[in-house]
Amino acid sequence: MIETLKDKVNGDAGLVRRGRYLTTNFLLEVGPTAWLISIFEGRIVAVTKGPFVTPSSAFALRAPSEEWEKFWSRRPPPGSNDLMALLKRRVLKAEGDLQIFMANLRYFKEALAKLRAGASA
Amino acid sequence: MSAKFEPIVGRYMNLDLLGKSHRLYVEEAGEGTPLLCLHTAGSDGRQYRGLMNDARVTAKHRVIAFDMPWHGKSSPPSGWHDVEYQLTSAQYTAMILEVMTALGLEKPILIGCSIGGRICLHLALEHPERFRAIIGLQAGAHVDPYYDLNFLHRPGVHGGEVCAAIVSGLVGPDAPDSERWETLWHYMQGGPGVFKGDLFFYKIDGDIRGRVAQIDTKRCPLFLLSGEYDYSCTPEETLAVANSIAGCEATIMKGLGHFPMSEDPQAFLRHLLPVLEKIAAHGA
Repeated sequence: MIETLKDKVNGDAGLVRRGRYLTTNFLLEVGPTAWLISIFEGRIVAVTKGPFVTPSSAFALRAPSEEWEKFWSRRPPPGSNDLMALLKRRVLKAEGDLQIFMANLRYFKEALAKLRAGASA
Repeated sequence: MSAKFEPIVGRYMNLDLLGKSHRLYVEEAGEGTPLLCLHTAGSDGRQYRGLMNDARVTAKHRVIAFDMPWHGKSSPPSGWHDVEYQLTSAQYTAMILEVMTALGLEKPILIGCSIGGRICLHLALEHPERFRAIIGLQAGAHVDPYYDLNFLHRPGVHGGEVCAAIVSGLVGPDAPDSERWETLWHYMQGGPGVFKGDLFFYKIDGDIRGRVAQIDTKRCPLFLLSGEYDYSCTPEETLAVANSIAGCEATIMKGLGHFPMSEDPQAFLRHLLPVLEKIAAHGA
């Protein structure tokens, strides 16, 4: 499912435009599974599944599978509807150089919400 | 030709506050019992546009909202460029009481959201005699920081963009798009460091956990209304406050988030109107 992120994000011209100054790699961990996501000027150019030996990324977002499952459900319950809600409940760990994450927070929130059931591309 | 004016009138008020002269923007609509409205951190009085435009409220209430200093169309006091803005409980309390005196408001109903909801608890405890009733929206006794607040005000992160992105998930899932994005636009327009300075009160200085149970609702009725989707002040946190205060009425508003009056005014009014009727019937 995570692989579909590339087409879903790149298919949203507004999201790509808002990310036009964003070029980075970040690590997304869904329980024990890691994904390296590469972004070039707002477009996702690669979604690579781990495991990795020495992944190089600016920052990492890590949460248990069941938390991402709720976050990606069609109508997430209160407390699971937003990355900040997961941070508030201390179930999401955001680690690394968070400047690029915070400077592009709307982009990352909207990009990851693309994986939600029923979300439009 | 298609212009239509809203019944809201705005004015600038010059007022000495905390030892400094201030220029504050005040809006109002309606006639009757004064209903003083306090906006959330990093936003302004436009959040109450739905109340001020609803005849069911304005037929019996003089609805007033002022932009706090540094917010909306109110200016920061002279010398602002050399200081770090940090809101404290004492400043916030003094500001509200001074504005009430300046506007000649006698025993208004007070309604405040988020930081406004928190100061409602402070005022219910310390100045209950000044109010007819107090309505706290998204009011909890304390919130621990859950992200590094320094990101709200630093080079390399656009302040307006990050403030709106921080709070966007606090809007409930059913909010109409136009109201959702209007609410977020207010956040995008905040001055540098202002949201962060307000959160000094919300997350550090304004902690009232140890004293909230001392609120006496016989001296001033207290109503708490909280949105189900608020993860900043959760329904559990509002209910914990309500359960610790005898006579406090709490309602959890299904589907709503942290900005009920702004994100979905019509849904919010379904919860607020019965409270206003109850306050009127109480005849305080």
